Amino acid sequence: MSNLYQEKNIVLSVKDLIIKFELRGRVLTAIRNISLDLYKGESLAIVGESGSGKSVFTKSFMGLLDSNGWIDQGSILYDNKDLSKFKREKEWLDLRGSRIAMVFQDPMTSLNPLKTIGRQVQEAIELHQGLKGKEAKSKAIEYLIDVGIAMPEKRFKQYPHEFSGGMRQRVVIAIAVACNPEILICDEPTTALDVTIQAQILNLLKAMQKKYKLTIVYITHDLGVVANVADRIAVMYAGDIIEIGTAHEIFYNPQHPYTWALLSSLPQLGVKGEDLFAIQGTPPNLFKDIEGDAFAPRNPHALKIDFLMRPPYFKLSETHKAKTWLLHPKAPEVKKAEVLLNLKENMEEYRHV
Amino acid sequence: MSKEILLEVKNLSVDFGRGKKAFRAVDDVSFNIYKGETFGLVGESGSGKTTIGRAIVRINEASEGEIRFQGRKISGKLSRDEDRFVTERVQMIFQDPMASLNERAKVDYIVSEGLYNIKGFKSEKERKEKVEKALLDVGLLPEFASRFPHEFSGGQRQRIGIARTLVMEPELIIADEPISALDVSIRAQVLNILSLLKKTKSLTYLFVAHDLSVVRFITDRIAVIHKGKIVEMAESEELFKMPMHPYTKSLLSAIPLPDPIAESKKKLYVYDPNIHEYDLDPPKWVEIKPEHFVLANKKEVEMYKVAYAQGG
Ligand SMILES: Nc1ncnc2c1ncn2[C@@H]1O[C@H](COP(=O)(O)OP(=O)(O)OP(=O)(O)O)[C@@H](O)[C@H]1O
Ligand SMILES: Nc1ncnc2c1ncn2[C@@H]1O[C@H](COP(=O)(O)OP(=O)(O)OP(=O)(O)O)[C@@H](O)[C@H]1O
Ligand SMILES: [Mg+2]
Ligand SMILES: [Mg+2]
Repeated sequence: MSNLYQEKNIVLSVKDLIIKFELRGRVLTAIRNISLDLYKGESLAIVGESGSGKSVFTKSFMGLLDSNGWIDQGSILYDNKDLSKFKREKEWLDLRGSRIAMVFQDPMTSLNPLKTIGRQVQEAIELHQGLKGKEAKSKAIEYLIDVGIAMPEKRFKQYPHEFSGGMRQRVVIAIAVACNPEILICDEPTTALDVTIQAQILNLLKAMQKKYKLTIVYITHDLGVVANVADRIAVMYAGDIIEIGTAHEIFYNPQHPYTWALLSSLPQLGVKGEDLFAIQGTPPNLFKDIEGDAFAPRNPHALKIDFLMRPPYFKLSETHKAKTWLLHPKAPEVKKAEVLLNLKENMEEYRHV
Repeated sequence: MSKEILLEVKNLSVDFGRGKKAFRAVDDVSFNIYKGETFGLVGESGSGKTTIGRAIVRINEASEGEIRFQGRKISGKLSRDEDRFVTERVQMIFQDPMASLNERAKVDYIVSEGLYNIKGFKSEKERKEKVEKALLDVGLLPEFASRFPHEFSGGQRQRIGIARTLVMEPELIIADEPISALDVSIRAQVLNILSLLKKTKSLTYLFVAHDLSVVRFITDRIAVIHKGKIVEMAESEELFKMPMHPYTKSLLSAIPLPDPIAESKKKLYVYDPNIHEYDLDPPKWVEIKPEHFVLANKKEVEMYKVAYAQGG
């Protein structure tokens, strides 16, 4: 098994994962049979509707599921261990932060308001890199420089509230990277930031990725950010990855009707004064068993079989596959929306300066 | 056609702290919002956008200048009637959906809270109907009314915040990052709802967002703010096609496009405030083309005019 790993350079492998939650005596299935291989050094973006399970899925790699949730089935293989079998917090502690780290949307939740910024970066280094005192401090300052904090010596002694939102997010990234992880999960890392700082942080993450050979998983609603950072994109709907491919494959040759709908709702493709494309209907009720393609009730192109049988993956290339019956050889031909056929041309107008 | 001014912000400054520690978050800002338009406010984090919004709904006090709504002064000390006049007509959708919802109240109460305050319903039945409609309007199910905020995802909470504003049927909505926590499809839904209400109820918006592609799509005019000062203001398409101020240009250059090839070629233009030579020749608020204003000194005005003639 480990041979196969090395060949493809897989760092983490999820197999047939099911995650459930109990809420007031009822059971909800948040993740429905996901399999996914994460490759060393890649950046994978996970996109998809709110509530589709992006956070739950990635939190399960770190043992961070809320206490009413559990892995019902499947495995998460990392470093020859099956993380889904971990029972005690102790097992997670060796891994969390040091091997797999996470940057959350709101930097304030990950920083301690009572400790100086420098102290917090230094502690991460002492804990994970075995350095002490002066050495750890100068390393900490190096990381602050890495993330673009000016006057690091002075900033070292300041508290989080003396930093702006964008600077705090950089510190959180510095701390995450200082832990020397192999995999970094960024859940909406730039949502609260303005575009200039956002662009800087994305560049920073890309530079850190190169320098420290990180594997990064991005979760974001912003398809512009996705286009900027992602090698591969996984599209989630109702607890499943319904399409996955390289960034070029997903943006320029999307196959699943949900991916079409997602791209069609981009404001860049809208006509001013008219309605933006919006997906009709509501997401499926996760308390109930889902039959067929979960997106079928909202899919204007749905076939009869979409309501009856869950589609398997259909392979389009070595890197691109989608779960939609439309790709079955016997399926009728369905035309994509005009706007998607010319996505590149439609974007032309939006290039600035 | 003459445009009716709904909101007038005149030389507004907002200070935080006193004496030596005083900090001017909003610095001599003036703009008008016309009835029925969507006016966008963009600028970097910490530039004072939220503070302006909060000054309009009277959470932050104006240190200098004044704000008028339908010609009536709404800043400074107000009588109880005047206060009610503003509350009924001007509502704010708050930026942080996590912090702005009362955790211990059910959605039903959260959405109704403003209605209770202004006694905006005749019977319990009417109140329930209003809540139900507001929830449906933002794409939430009416049965969510009996749930608590912590049971919702970030995007859903953001929509609860919008529902509680819509239920008040205001004339002016200050929408502070109303869409940042939303996924693309719900965002489209919410933007459509805001546009629909603009048409059917002739609502007016002050719209603040970091996502400039959305701002371009939804607004009629945009003001760009940098460190508490407005540096440029124009009709939206004009601003995107003919940005003049270097700060505006840097903002536009940073917009991430949903197009991997374009993104891989993207060049960031970084704004350096030191390029201005304002010591001897201080900047003024200049109308460089009809309805297109920019903060510039004499030398820059000449430069911008040349650039304009050459097509930006
Ligand atoms: N502790 C919990 N108890 C019950 N249900 C939960 C819990 N945590 C998550 N869920 C449910 O699991 C599903 C997936 O949630 P998740 O937070 O992963 O969504 P997401 O894709 O990250 O959405 P968003 O884009 O809004 O962050 C949702 O339906 C959510 O309501
Ligand atoms: N209550 C307060 N006390 C002291 N300073 C404040 C207060 N509220 C805001 N500020 C400061 O005023 C400035 C403007 O803040 P504001 O929240 O208006 O920015 P913003 O443009 O909305 O930023 P963002 O895009 O990050 O939301 C910032 O420097 C902020 O730190
Ligand atoms: Mg999430
Ligand atoms: Mg703000």
